[in-house]
Formats: sequence, C-alpha cells, structure tokens
Amino acid sequence: MAECVQCGADVTLHDNAEVGEIVDCTTCGAELELVDQNPPVLDRAPELEEDWGE
Amino acid sequence: MKVGILYSRIRKDEKLLLNELRERGHDVVKIDVRKLNFGLSETPEVLGELDVVVDRCLATSRSVYATQFCEAYGVPVVNSPDTAQTCADKVQNSLALEGAGVPTPETKVAFTKDAAMEAIESFGYPCVLKPVVGSWGRLMAKIECESAAEAILEHKATLGHYEHKVFYVQEYVDKPGRDIRVLATDGEPVAAMVRSSDHWLTNAAKGAETDEFELDDEAKELVEKASDAVGGGLLGVDLMETDDGYTVHEVNHTVEFKSLNDAVETDVPATVVDWLEVKAGAKQEQEVFA
Repeated sequence: MAECVQCGADVTLHDNAEVGEIVDCTTCGAELELVDQNPPVLDRAPELEEDWGE
Repeated sequence: MKVGILYSRIRKDEKLLLNELRERGHDVVKIDVRKLNFGLSETPEVLGELDVVVDRCLATSRSVYATQFCEAYGVPVVNSPDTAQTCADKVQNSLALEGAGVPTPETKVAFTKDAAMEAIESFGYPCVLKPVVGSWGRLMAKIECESAAEAILEHKATLGHYEHKVFYVQEYVDKPGRDIRVLATDGEPVAAMVRSSDHWLTNAAKGAETDEFELDDEAKELVEKASDAVGGGLLGVDLMETDDGYTVHEVNHTVEFKSLNDAVETDVPATVVDWLEVKAGAKQEQEVFA
C-alpha cells in the first residue's frame, strides 16, 4: 500500500511491483510511478514523450 | 551472469525479462537512466563489472546516447549503439534496408513543404507521411487527397519540432489488413505474429488483434538480412505482405514483446535470455583468451 501524491488515497500495489512500474490511482485516476519499494513511495508518472515506445 | 537493465519505465516487457533472469539466478542490476549522468571517460560505478547491459530505455533518444556511453566505457551492451542509431531514425532505417537489398516501401524524404508536396504527388493518393522518430503509430498520416496533404504539411511545418520538418513520404502499401512482427535475435526468429485491424495502422499499441504466424523461408531470409542491415541484436522486424512477396518497413531496436508472448506458444522471454546468456558467455570467453 502506498499513498497517491495527487489525492492522498491509499493505492494497492501488486505483490511483485517493481520500482519504475506505473500504477493508476483508482480514486483520482492519476498515473503514478513506484519510485521506492521499502517503504513503497509513489510519484507522478512522467508525461508521455514523442520518442517513447516501439 | 551479472546483467544490467537500462530502463526508465518498467513495462510488462521488462518485468518478463527481469523475472526470467532472476528465476535463472542471474545477478540483475536495474539501472534507471534518469538518475545517471555520463562523463566522457569515467565509467559510472553502476555500469562497472557487468557482463552485459541490456538497453530497455523507453525513450529512443536516451537509448541512442546511453548505449553510446556504454560502448565508450567498454561495457558490453545490447543492442549496440550503431543498431540503436540506425533503427531510431526512419530515414537511416530505410537507407540501411535498401542498401542491403531488403525490399522496403518506396520512400522519399524532403525538407520543405513544396518538395514534400512534389514527393506526395509523385506517389499519388493515398500515400503515407511519417515522423522520422516516433513509434506506436503516432503522428502517422495516410494522405488521401491534395487538400489533406497541404493541411498536414502546413501543420507539421508550423507546429512541429524541427524533426517534423524532415518530411518522410512513403508509398501506401495495400496490405491485407495485417502486418507481421517478428522478434529476432541476431537474425534468428524467436517468434512471429500477425497484427490485424480494420484500421490502416495495425500496431499492437493501436489495439490490433494478434495471432501467431508461421514464417516461410522467404520471410526468414528477409528477417536475417534486415537484422544484418541494421547491425544485428534483439530486434523487432516488421513486414507487410504484398502481391510480390514481403516488404520490410521497419526494424525496431528496443522491441516490445508482451503482445507477442501472449500470442505465441514460444516462451519469448526465456528464448531472449537464452540468447543473452550466449552473448555474455562469448564476451567472457573473449576476455579470458585476450
């Protein structure tokens, strides 16, 4: 469990969540990134960039 | 082996790789490139002592530069910076394919709206305008008529980043509602799938349906040639079927494979890790005998 930085709601994380993984806040819909694991810390996910993905 | 994963976001693709590597007992070091700075000569501590670094950067620009630094530090990296550089840019990608005799859609590049308009008129309608850098099918335009061409060129020239002023115009390939994605390691196919959609864009990222595809000898040969043309590595080779055989429109260097893994019988991450182990092993042998 971690706290959403946008709305403060509790966000449930998967058991095997990795640092760098993106999770959605089910309360406010914010896209969040897991930036630390012990204890779990969430930050706002980076905005989509044009050169992302293949 | 001690393997570093360069990343800036952990997608399902990276999780599949990480899980496979860890299950096999490899020492995995996750390296968030957003936290690194790269000096010209001194190897960042986190990159030292690694048998192999796997570039899984989500951003093409980061991938291109981070792999160059790895190579400069003497850290073995897949894919190589040359491969990254070639695949990152559609112009270079097309030139490499053409130069290697791989069939690829007819393409013209222009730097001004007028010259681009001439290129478009030479193909006739429909034709395709693509950004030179970009993926997931974004900012691709199927141009159906002159007025649409004028509008799109005007928008790109006015609103776009300078790279959007490099107009990459391509013939429209009337594919049968699908294209083919092949994942290959140094030209050896790992697995392949068709991506089918009613939309002219058939990217998995655009929601295309996927299904396993059995490659024939012609396709296998083209995958090998296309891989060699861009310098080899872990690649996603995209083919389209035409009346005259296959045409290879693109080779991707930080290829996503989660859709492929769901579509095929092959254990894709396991096969990729098999290949990584061989790559890292070959490097260690070279060092022993050096």
